[in-house]
Amino acid sequence: MTDTLLTYDDALAAYDPVLGLEVHVELNTASKMFCGCSTVFGAEPNTQVCPVCLGLPGAMPVVNGKGVESAIRIGLALNCQIAEWCRFARKNYFYPDMPKNFQTSQYDEPIAYDGWMDVEVDGETFRVEIERAHMEEDTGKSTHVGGATGRIHGADHSLVDYNRAGIPLIEIVTKPIRGAGARAPEVARAYVAQLRDLIVALGVSEARMDQGNLRADVNLSLSTKGSDVLGTRSETKNVNSFRSVERAVRFEVQRHAAILAGGGSIVQETRHWHEDTGITTSGREKSDAEDYRYFPEPDLVPVAPTRDWVEELRATLPENPTARRARLQQEWGFSDLEMRDTVGAGALGLVEETIAAGASPQAARKWWLSELSRRANDAGVDLVDLGVTPAQVAGVQALVDAGTVNDKLARQVFDGLLAGEGTPEEVVEKRGLAVVSDEGALSAAVDNAIAANPDVADKIRDGKVAAAGALIGAVMKEMRGQADAARVRELILEKLS
Amino acid sequence: MTDWTRSTAAELADALANGETTSVELTQAHLDRTAAVDGAVHAYLHVDAEGALAQAEASDARRAAGSPASRLDGVPIAVKDVLATQGLPTTCGSRILEGWIPPYDATVVDTLRRAGLPILGKTNMDEFAMGSSTEHSAYGPTHNPWDLDRIPGGSGGGSAAAVASYQAPLALGTDTGGSIRQPGAVTGTVGVKPTYGGVSRYGLVALANSLDQVGPVTRTVLDSALLHELVGGHDPRDSTSIDQPLPDLVAAAELGATGDMSGVRIGVVKELSGEGYQPGVLARFEESVELLVKAGAEVVEVSCPTFVHALATYYLILPAEASSNLAKFDAMRYGLRVYPDGVDAPSAEEVMRATRDKGFGDEVKRRIILGTYALSSGYYDAYYGQAQKVRTLISRDFEAAFAKADVLVSPTAPTTAFKLGEKLDDPLAMYLNDLATIPANLAGVPGISVPSGLADEDGLPAGFQVLAPALADDRVYRVGAALEKLLADQWGGPLLAQAPTLDGVAR
Ligand SMILES: [Zn+2]
Repeated sequence: MTDTLLTYDDALAAYDPVLGLEVHVELNTASKMFCGCSTVFGAEPNTQVCPVCLGLPGAMPVVNGKGVESAIRIGLALNCQIAEWCRFARKNYFYPDMPKNFQTSQYDEPIAYDGWMDVEVDGETFRVEIERAHMEEDTGKSTHVGGATGRIHGADHSLVDYNRAGIPLIEIVTKPIRGAGARAPEVARAYVAQLRDLIVALGVSEARMDQGNLRADVNLSLSTKGSDVLGTRSETKNVNSFRSVERAVRFEVQRHAAILAGGGSIVQETRHWHEDTGITTSGREKSDAEDYRYFPEPDLVPVAPTRDWVEELRATLPENPTARRARLQQEWGFSDLEMRDTVGAGALGLVEETIAAGASPQAARKWWLSELSRRANDAGVDLVDLGVTPAQVAGVQALVDAGTVNDKLARQVFDGLLAGEGTPEEVVEKRGLAVVSDEGALSAAVDNAIAANPDVADKIRDGKVAAAGALIGAVMKEMRGQADAARVRELILEKLS
Repeated sequence: MTDWTRSTAAELADALANGETTSVELTQAHLDRTAAVDGAVHAYLHVDAEGALAQAEASDARRAAGSPASRLDGVPIAVKDVLATQGLPTTCGSRILEGWIPPYDATVVDTLRRAGLPILGKTNMDEFAMGSSTEHSAYGPTHNPWDLDRIPGGSGGGSAAAVASYQAPLALGTDTGGSIRQPGAVTGTVGVKPTYGGVSRYGLVALANSLDQVGPVTRTVLDSALLHELVGGHDPRDSTSIDQPLPDLVAAAELGATGDMSGVRIGVVKELSGEGYQPGVLARFEESVELLVKAGAEVVEVSCPTFVHALATYYLILPAEASSNLAKFDAMRYGLRVYPDGVDAPSAEEVMRATRDKGFGDEVKRRIILGTYALSSGYYDAYYGQAQKVRTLISRDFEAAFAKADVLVSPTAPTTAFKLGEKLDDPLAMYLNDLATIPANLAGVPGISVPSGLADEDGLPAGFQVLAPALADDRVYRVGAALEKLLADQWGGPLLAQAPTLDGVAR
């Protein structure tokens, strides 16, 4: 079934979008939240398990102190209050990838609450209020085998891997975000992107959206313009890139608006996001009957971080994002527009790391915002997920600076890097991309070009230096692009002077 | 030839230390006793003769080398089937865990193995420890050695009956609302529920996590103290375990055994006797108090008005926690798996439903339903939330009472052992058995049950309960040991000496 959509402008003329974002951050602690099992990604299924994370009868959880520390640091970085005393709670529901058929989470006593984060959209600051950040454990992972869709319906059988079960998660929940108006999709994207930057700066997670270290659920409802009454919301689950967050919000605004404008009412439900088609489809209906029967986890004692510890952790926080942006702009000498574009592309951290790896600020900006942004866009992925590292970009720029490759060849180096052909130097080597600096070969090619174009040569001899371009083109053609154009020009002018 | 099965664990430990016997000899003696009587008693769900004898041999080798692992090294023990034992079946008395062999040991089981106690087998229990008669075991009831037509108490009837019928000198039990103490009372044995957090729960298949405690089941107070000291203490794998040393329990039991009670204030809890208690049980209780007073104790009457709400509170908190604990039994990873009849290619949900339907008994289902209801949104505050508040009030009543008395005393159970089947169709009557034992679990305080004699009406054992403040487990040992000694002096020996021998019982 295809949903009818209202155009975005028409939707915004009649309704105000209200956003809510729930982001799950998978922590990078060495062991799981309640047992000593390793959290290393990619191990053989069901090899990183023990009686505790398998929920075997009799096994009991023990809280990972490092997980609590990361939760507090995230809370502090989001300007939250840190609970003096809080408990874990059981969230009870049946699902085969949940070993105990309850998830150990937090309910009405989160570790962190009442915070905010300022996000920047097109150079303007928008404050997102944080409701809470709480600790919980991840579930196992089901793979449905034999069906066409990879979903459970129609599958032959399902396989469950419990390696992920018990990995610590922090769930960060915003308060309803109102007042973003037409920019709601961009605000949602900017929030998730800047939250990721913050998580990276804190060093508490790998924060790779494509690997599921960072998972966003997008809640959206519409209020009739000028009304304070919140509409019914939909919850779009597992939107796993910044651009998808933006697209999902836009889609849901248009879908809600069409239903409301047609006199219908929104069903409170979870929805699936489809990256390929850019639409959401109905998941399970969320009725009031869904009842997780939360109660405090009786096998764990309360978590009561001392104020001294909280202050110690506060002292380890990275610089706040607004101050960081101002500092970097000054250090790099970027114009306001350059800075805004860098932030908007989600490239701030990438540019910073590229500069740290040795590139100049302008070179770093140029690669990420032009060539690499174009490639990310074509591939439909976020820049960070493209598969090129800041160190590689700095490496390519170093080759350009050394005259080993020119800009055009550099683009072919990126092809090689994306194909996994090794370091920039190795790609140059394997693909034979280096600019020819053999003066003999170059000199011969120039002689050939002069001989083949006597008219042009005469013009240059007569002082019409601009005509050299035609000869340079001929030389580059013969050299299959692997020549330094400036040097070719020099040679031509020398020979014809 | 000495019948080692009649000896206490302390005596066996001494005999081993003195070279009068070997662990293999006395382990074999207990296995022989089981072979002779357990067909009638049914204390065990699983006997591990081979494993126990192998451990006994290893123990004897340590003794021979002059390096026993503990004072109780070589003394065999029975373990309630609710504790995970690596390589040995652990069913919790339920069909749903039939065939499950845990890949790990409960901390207390690991402690037993390290200390060299051969594990004779796993004892019968009400399914998931829900019951007061062991009749709710999916594998058939245990019979009371005093009268095979009667219940041995529950849920730990298997451990109590094993000890009472001389099939084991020691056993481990678990006590959530009286599952160690009430079976102790009705089988004429000793049982202790330690302070909550005093013994590790890691590997105890939880009934109600905030109430459960592992504790000793023995024939003497001293033996309980020896076993309690062995398995007690901090366990980093149990976050609720107390990180401080146990009091000196063996010393307390030895002090009590002098029979001197001077300076000890004994509080008789008004709400834990009188109406609803069998006259013979009350008579033995009152005589026991008089004995303690004669030995120098001061008696005070204390009132704990909130105790009348203890049963209702317990039957909200327990099912709530249990309903969540039991959710993990879903046929996905271990234990029973039942495919629904007439369903082609059933879904995971359908298999879960069919398995839980077939695998759980009625009492378990009853409590899952109760607990699910008590936790449901809209009812949580009225039931679970309210119960937690009453629980706090019960703890306050204990605090006030312990300001007036060093220990509190009551009959352990309101009646002696009833007939098998008598209360099976009346859950409420069954629940009332735990009236006097439940408050201790709600408040986390320690308690002991020691035999107080036989009721005049039926000639069956009654129990005397001693409760102490949290962490003061030594007090229950002192008072329990004193009463044990004073009564033994009257009777000319332990109460169990009056039990039927079970020689030649029908298999
Ligand atoms: Zn684990």
